[in-house]
Amino acid sequence: MSSLSSAKLRRSIALHLFLTPLALIWLFPLWMMVVFSTMPDNGIFSPGIELLPHGNFIDNFNNLQRDTDFVGAIGISVSVAVTYTVLSVLLTSMAGWALARYQFFGKGVVVGIIFGTITLPYAVVLIPQFIMVARDFQLANTWVALIVPPLFNSLGVLFMRQSFSMMPDDLFDAARVEGVKEWRIFLFVALPLARPMLAALAIILFLASWNNYLWPLLINSQPGSMTAPVALGTLIGLTKVSWGGIMAGAVMLTVPMLIVFVLLQRHFIAGIAAGAVK
Amino acid sequence: MRNRNATAYRFLAPYLLIFSVFWVWPIISSFLISFQATRTVPWRFAPGFNWGRLIGDPAFFNALKNTLLILVIQVPVMIALAMVMAVLLNSPLLKARGLYRFAFFAPVVVGEVAYSAVFRLMFSLDFGIVNKLLNSVGLPKIDWFSNVTPAMALIMIAVTWRWAGYNAIILLAGMQSIPEDVYEAATLDRVSKLKQFFYITLPLLKPVIVFCLVLSIIGTMQLFTEPFLITERGGPGGGTETLGLLLYRQGFRSLNFGYASAVAYTMAALAIAITLVQLWLTREKQ
Repeated sequence: MSSLSSAKLRRSIALHLFLTPLALIWLFPLWMMVVFSTMPDNGIFSPGIELLPHGNFIDNFNNLQRDTDFVGAIGISVSVAVTYTVLSVLLTSMAGWALARYQFFGKGVVVGIIFGTITLPYAVVLIPQFIMVARDFQLANTWVALIVPPLFNSLGVLFMRQSFSMMPDDLFDAARVEGVKEWRIFLFVALPLARPMLAALAIILFLASWNNYLWPLLINSQPGSMTAPVALGTLIGLTKVSWGGIMAGAVMLTVPMLIVFVLLQRHFIAGIAAGAVK
Repeated sequence: MRNRNATAYRFLAPYLLIFSVFWVWPIISSFLISFQATRTVPWRFAPGFNWGRLIGDPAFFNALKNTLLILVIQVPVMIALAMVMAVLLNSPLLKARGLYRFAFFAPVVVGEVAYSAVFRLMFSLDFGIVNKLLNSVGLPKIDWFSNVTPAMALIMIAVTWRWAGYNAIILLAGMQSIPEDVYEAATLDRVSKLKQFFYITLPLLKPVIVFCLVLSIIGTMQLFTEPFLITERGGPGGGTETLGLLLYRQGFRSLNFGYASAVAYTMAALAIAITLVQLWLTREKQ
């Protein structure tokens, strides 16, 4: 600190005085989520101000499980998110690889259309997707319905295209001279090199699937086929429901992701920031 | 790079297949559905049916007004706040940077349902912590759910909390890609930090800001979960009903796919129009 000039010191203090309350306000809803999840319902709906956790989480969780099969819903959510992430990473990186490394007929059109969909609201495809999956394919309330339609994403492909196009040509050309097939080059040379980008992509895709609400709400509305956010959402607004239970569910949805976020922050931020760095 | 049509399309095939089935066809299909009367069996081609109704529907104009109001207020406030966060997080004077980053970026991983539930509890009239805290400093309680203005404010507060950090991440990454020596030169020339922000950071960051604006506008245009869960189906009395919610009610409660498709296309047209205007504005100045 002694190396700081007094003007710098003053600026530093002002910075922290401004940023600390803002940070506390930002953390407040998450903190209250945890506090509520540990309070009995009559504690949540009491006139006092309670800002510290109690010991009621297990009871709240039992109440939640009584109101809806949350454990089953978590099971569906985890399985769907894992499957979705694996498939989507594969699909997205294959497409990104083709766009980055080959010259082919219609390339400009493909890239243009993918860029175009960024500005297109999802609402436009929602109704036909629903009609197709529910009525034409008869796939409502199945895992396929949750996993397959959201597989298309545009930002992920552009991110992978960017990642692959930054790799040096010689690397792949050397393999080609040896007569290695293109799909083997992709699988055994390019993908291992792209590991950090794949990690970033996987985290973002997993999170998107884990938190997805509107599509699962519409397509998997039967109690035994609901994802965890949908199951939790059905309780919000009911009159006879345990709010402590809802909060316990919210914590179970959120805290694992927060832990992943802290552990893998670098990849997380790389995935989100991908749009910014051209 | 080599010209290899077959190889390229083999790699692209699964992606393009999903894209065609679940995006290209639906985009066309929903346009066609919007010209059909869909509550008769079989559906009947009736070009003016849904669009005619849309033009005269007070519920549509109410949802449109609410959506645009949220868009016009919430998006600029959030981007400005995200900019403040990004600039301050980027300051070399900041200690314990990791803690501040966690505070602002954590909402990015929180699902819509989980945070909607928390906001509902926090803002409830008699037992919500927000009103209790207002009371404790001598301010009157606010009835966040029964009056339109506070209900709209609540939706905007919730969305801003959820997405400001997301935009800050993108802006921060953009700032960090600006070369250091530009600022060093400016500092040597005794240009103040504030001037450096307005004359160096902002102009260089313009494409990134536009990217954030476009994503935010498209997101807010489709706002659904927050008015669905926090203010309970767009309450009070349709006061927070958005286009997204109208689409949901028409399409999936009344099973009126034709009308819902017309609403969806209106949203898309608005989103594209706003995006094009923005791209055009930024291109002009460069």
